[in-house]
Amino acid sequence: MKHFSISFIVGGGLSVLFLMGALLSFFWTPYDVELLNIKGKFASPGLEHLMGTDHFGRDILSMVMVGTRNAIAVSLIAVGIGATIGVPLGLWAAATCMNGSRLIDELLMRGNDLIFAFPSLLLAILITAVFGPSIINAIIAIGIFNIPVFARISRGAALSIWPKEYISAARVAGKGVSRISYEHILPNILNLLIVQATIQFSIAIIAEASLSYVGLGSQPPNPSLGRMLNEAQTMIFFAPWLAYFPGGVIVALVLGFNLMGDGIRDLLDPKLRQKSITGKVSNDAS
Amino acid sequence: MISFLLKKITSLIITLLVSTGVIFILIEVVPGDPVAFMMGLSGSTDAADALRLELGLNVGPWDRYFDWVSGMVNGNFGISYTYRVPVVELIRERALVSVPLTIYALLLSTVIAIPAGLISATRRGSLVDTSFMGFAQLGVAIPNFWFAILLVLFFSTTLKLFSASGFPGWDAGFFICLKALTLPAISLALPQAAILSRVMRSSVLDVMNEDYIRTARAKGLSKKQALFRHGLRNAMIPVLTILGLQFSFLLAGGIIIESVFSLPGLGRLVFQSIIQRDLIVVKSIVTLLVFSVVTITFIVDLLYAAVDPRLREGNS
Amino acid sequence: MTLLKVKDFSLSINDEIILHNINMEIKAGKVLAIVGESGSGKSMMSSAIINLLPQGAKLKGKILLNNDNLLDKSEREMCLHRMNDLGMIFQEPMTALNPLETIGTQIMEAIKLTNPKIRYKDLLKKAELILERVEMDKNRFPLNTYPHKLSGGQRQRVVIAIALSQNPKLLIADEPTTALDVTTQAKIMKLLMKLVKDYGIGIILVSHDLAVVADLADHIVIMRKGKVVEQGDTKTFFKSMKHSYSKQLFDAAKHKLYEKNITVGSEVLLEVLNLTKEYNLANKKPLKAVNNVSFTLNRGENLGLVGESGCGKSTLARCILGLEKFSKGKIHIAGRPFYGQKELRRCINVVFQDPFGSFNPRHTVERLVAEPFYVLKKPLTTFEKRVKVLRMLKLVGLGDGDLKKYPHEFSGGQRQRIAIARALITEPDIILLDESTSALDVIIRTQILDLLRDLTKKLGISYLFISHDLTTVKNITNRVLVMKDGVIVEEGLTAEIYKNPKHHYTKSLIEASPDITRAIKSKEENNNENTL
Repeated sequence: MKHFSISFIVGGGLSVLFLMGALLSFFWTPYDVELLNIKGKFASPGLEHLMGTDHFGRDILSMVMVGTRNAIAVSLIAVGIGATIGVPLGLWAAATCMNGSRLIDELLMRGNDLIFAFPSLLLAILITAVFGPSIINAIIAIGIFNIPVFARISRGAALSIWPKEYISAARVAGKGVSRISYEHILPNILNLLIVQATIQFSIAIIAEASLSYVGLGSQPPNPSLGRMLNEAQTMIFFAPWLAYFPGGVIVALVLGFNLMGDGIRDLLDPKLRQKSITGKVSNDAS
Repeated sequence: MISFLLKKITSLIITLLVSTGVIFILIEVVPGDPVAFMMGLSGSTDAADALRLELGLNVGPWDRYFDWVSGMVNGNFGISYTYRVPVVELIRERALVSVPLTIYALLLSTVIAIPAGLISATRRGSLVDTSFMGFAQLGVAIPNFWFAILLVLFFSTTLKLFSASGFPGWDAGFFICLKALTLPAISLALPQAAILSRVMRSSVLDVMNEDYIRTARAKGLSKKQALFRHGLRNAMIPVLTILGLQFSFLLAGGIIIESVFSLPGLGRLVFQSIIQRDLIVVKSIVTLLVFSVVTITFIVDLLYAAVDPRLREGNS
Repeated sequence: MTLLKVKDFSLSINDEIILHNINMEIKAGKVLAIVGESGSGKSMMSSAIINLLPQGAKLKGKILLNNDNLLDKSEREMCLHRMNDLGMIFQEPMTALNPLETIGTQIMEAIKLTNPKIRYKDLLKKAELILERVEMDKNRFPLNTYPHKLSGGQRQRVVIAIALSQNPKLLIADEPTTALDVTTQAKIMKLLMKLVKDYGIGIILVSHDLAVVADLADHIVIMRKGKVVEQGDTKTFFKSMKHSYSKQLFDAAKHKLYEKNITVGSEVLLEVLNLTKEYNLANKKPLKAVNNVSFTLNRGENLGLVGESGCGKSTLARCILGLEKFSKGKIHIAGRPFYGQKELRRCINVVFQDPFGSFNPRHTVERLVAEPFYVLKKPLTTFEKRVKVLRMLKLVGLGDGDLKKYPHEFSGGQRQRIAIARALITEPDIILLDESTSALDVIIRTQILDLLRDLTKKLGISYLFISHDLTTVKNITNRVLVMKDGVIVEEGLTAEIYKNPKHHYTKSLIEASPDITRAIKSKEENNNENTL
């Protein structure tokens, strides 16, 4: 019954490719990313350097590999922070909202609105303005922005599950709010959360690139795709490959994860699955 | 209606107060001694004392917070530590670049996305739909600053149609300025347009499955008529939400795009101030940006109510 | 004169055959009823006539409107037919109107489509007139009313008004009252019949309930799995029907009576004392969803609780189950005050309405049925649980092989069996049946009622049967409570109340509820009068 859509295959393929490349960079890169080779600077892409070299003669392919690894790591951790804090908060808010006390729900949601009032990048700027630019602060900034996203989506989804009769049945069996949230709500909103996580991941990749582009992300000599683009900008007229490759990698990475997310949603979305051609859920005889 | 307005206005004011509190705590309380932070290692003791007085650090944080907020209400944001001019003047000058840029980008994004989404939805599965949505996928994935670099490479370097950077100032004439803002606005707008067109498409598709569209069709309206007379306004509700959010994205995106194109806007000012550790300016601009995001959310809420009679009466 | 004729009509959607070789015809001024269970294709048939079908639909045969084949028409010509000849009413009135436009705008739009040259003044007048026709008071519901201000029944009237405003020759009503209460249903049906008479239009009435249409239809078509099983003139149909499926439907609609001579014990299992549940509303006085309700349920008793939507019966049920805190009063279970504590929970369990919503889709049948074991003080081992679950599954008519299956692998009726197994697994004294059979097709409904009846008797369980459906309650309870606006307005032995209702609300409920035996009788009387 399940068949994989083209977007899932393309997206999944791209994502796996980049993950492999990133993992490989732990053990091997074509050249040392910190090795300066002034003689070999501005080499155009060729057999020796597949993506060329920069103004210090560093190998772009190696830098892109490590930069991708950093971007993926930052995004994974940031989305992880957002999900591990946001999802329980959202579930809690929904549970309190469904069980009489709306105060906690109201407070949590206003807190969410507050974070949303700070555009993500602005929040990151504020944090780095105070604590100084570093990769850790970039992770925190992106992570904080992910909390309300996950809180909101899990709250909304949980609110739609709470009135279901199987929740009432569980309560009739004497189960408490947190047990129900864990046993009945979470598994049923997991699909949605996975899809959202892929979306957030690609947003985080772009956010990390933006932050490091303006110098607020990982610091040199640690390579980052965003900073590579920033450095490329002044040399773009005679060495455009410096801008093509890191940017292209970001696009392909984000595109891959988005397509994969779409594919997962098509596979999992009960709304799409249940909709039979007659437009009605058939209620056949027993 | 009145109770709805009151509720929204109270929540607006509370959000604003709390967010100024957060900004205040982050900038003035968390770093410990703001003066040492702002002056770095270079400052002399005399200068430090002078700054301390200027920042009003001789009084407690509560008083400082109160002074700051009441000052802002009266239009007094303090004096920039680096530029030695009132922050209000700095901001006014820079906002004349940033605000038009944001509006330009928002308009571009809407003008591209709404028709694209609509066409895709009405011709679902066609070649037009597939290619529009393919572009949208790509658009979502492109970081705006990289897109900006590519635009510069193509239009300024290769075609020499636009200058690569800078802003002539509004005295140079409206169209010259508009031209200078065009590449930045496009690079800001395109990724946002990609998102918006996808939302528009799925919103229209959802609405087309609604029962009231069927009622309208049963009256004898054609598919298109039913969509335009009954579907569109309903479909705009989720689109409105995204438009509100986009304003905030565009503001933030503007910060980066202004650096790409060396535009003298608020974003660049923020970066320069961070580098120069001019917390007075940083604080003011962040507050202002948060202010505008919250206000836009408020306006979007009002627009919802204008569109949807159920919200007007507050019994959602 | 034949108004519409469906000839050898077949429909497939994306190569799946939905309708197969359908033949039927309807005369002007007459009512044709299409009756069938879910999946019979009856709704698709009605959508096919007006040609509002999902994408990928392929149609074969003929649909002749005044000898003019609708299947040959272009989409533009079909729009004209929908404007001028065909009207349609849908099942779900809550979503059938555009929420952003006033009812006046939506009615006037329809009028203007048929009559584009109409002057604004006349347009207003005509819209008001139409609303009056569907018995909507123009002072209470002026043209600038928004749909969300209206109840389901009122919205359905507006939908009817929209259809009527175009002076259709044929009105297609797809389950127009299924989503409504019985008393509203009776009123809407009466209105529709009046329109047939006044305007001489033909109506195609689609329904799952033979009892609803038996009274009104001139001609009945029974459909099953995309085919016409049997059809005939209503006057003679019930006597002459031959197909076993028609008979099955008829029997299910008649509701067999269960034996009532049961022995009611003196032990009080459940006692509800002056129970009140208030909801605080913004700037209004609190709403008493349940208002000072008292009753008892003895061992062996089968108690019914009847009322229309919004009467508070579900809130009362949730209070008794310990799912909702109540404002005043007491609930005693087995003589002890109950406020949701675990040790009393094993005495009571519940079967809910929705066979699709009452199971966590990610749990296996074994886990689902075993869930109530959570209330036990001493936890059972997995093996003990499995043995008990298997035994219970057998009792409700399911097999060992179903243990590891997931809910989506079962049909609606089978799911309700699983729900019953879950409710009975801890051997409670009371089960609460909250509209437990309302979502089921009629034939399945009878099977489930049989099962419930057998099991409760075998296991010595008392039940409280909550329903909006009088006929079901009548047949399976020995005592009944009638509830309206949070108050029990009448209480007594079931047989007594149905024979001799005292409260006027009970009376109106009984009169409004469709009854096939009564309907046939009145048809026959009419028939006799006509022939005399």
